[in-house]
Amino acid sequence: MATLPPFQELLDEHSRDVLGFLVASVGPHEAEDCFQETFIAALRGYPKLEHGDNLRGWLLTIAHRKAIDHHRAGQRAALPSGSAEEVGGGIGASDQRLDSAGDEEIWTMVSVLPPKQRSSVVLRFATDMAYRQIGEMLDCTEEAARRNVHEGLKTLRGELT
Amino acid sequence: MSESNQRAGDRAAVERALKAAGGGIDLERLNRALGARADRDGLIDVAYAMVDSPFGEMLVAGTDRGIIRVAFPHRRGTATRGWDALLGQLADVVSPRILEAPERLDEVRRQLDAYFEGRLRDFSVPLDWRLTKGFQGKAIHQIARIPYGRTISYAELAARAGNPRAFRAVGTACGANPLPPIVPCHRVLPSSGGVGSYGGGPDMKRALLELEGALPPELR
Repeated sequence: MATLPPFQELLDEHSRDVLGFLVASVGPHEAEDCFQETFIAALRGYPKLEHGDNLRGWLLTIAHRKAIDHHRAGQRAALPSGSAEEVGGGIGASDQRLDSAGDEEIWTMVSVLPPKQRSSVVLRFATDMAYRQIGEMLDCTEEAARRNVHEGLKTLRGELT
Repeated sequence: MSESNQRAGDRAAVERALKAAGGGIDLERLNRALGARADRDGLIDVAYAMVDSPFGEMLVAGTDRGIIRVAFPHRRGTATRGWDALLGQLADVVSPRILEAPERLDEVRRQLDAYFEGRLRDFSVPLDWRLTKGFQGKAIHQIARIPYGRTISYAELAARAGNPRAFRAVGTACGANPLPPIVPCHRVLPSSGGVGSYGGGPDMKRALLELEGALPPELR
């Protein structure tokens, strides 16, 4: 059996990050449910984990899955035939000065980015994750992760419309 | 503003916005709700709590079988560092699903309070003996049978554990007692005089014996 630290340690060290990631992904209200789902799922699987390397990444991977589930459920409810890409294409009518936009405005724009861009932007800016790790988490190369963040920022500025 | 400055400004704005979004959420409240849910779902294999005592903050841990560990404050340095190794041991022996869940330990906390105030003589919480083994385990079980207010010598304890010559080993066993003062290793004294050593320090041992009215006259 692997040597794993007490679960409380994970909670103490990473719950703020996980919450930050979820808030940035699904919004402050829904984040609370996703937060509990994330840690309950983690707790369930924890004793079966093969090693204790990069537990923060492991938690954020679970949180990312919960956020995706949440987005899917939300889309089914709100946009029966739509996709995030179509919604994402509608933002940023003209060149935007992001540094003059309000926090909530930016968050709303991020929330409707295409999924890969949204996840990459959130991981990069809400949890300061390195591109290599973002790639590992989203199952793409470091370069693709960097590109997703870049494209995400371009979309936010309205350069892709 | 140059283009690269503008880009840096955008990045900073996104970072600020995303990090600010959760600012109003009370993480403590979320963690408490999580603990309650984990408990309901049977996902806490070891629950622990910090307990105030007249001797400083103690740690108490329990499993579904009973109380598995009580630990005194570290005599040197800050207490929290000392608990890490202890919780790590529980993770290895029992399960890494360890959470701070004070409400799971209400009963033992109540009994410890009452004991320290002299209102309780015998603990009645179930115990989980998984941290004891071999000859030490035998010795620790014998210690558990020493009544309130009585003392025995290390030599006597060695005899009761089945090996009269092993008084050095019973000394080690006392030091390794995972359940003080519920398993009362403070009631074991050296026959050479003095109170001998104790996990919580000799002063605490003396104080517990005094509380029980069991401090030998020559040690007063």
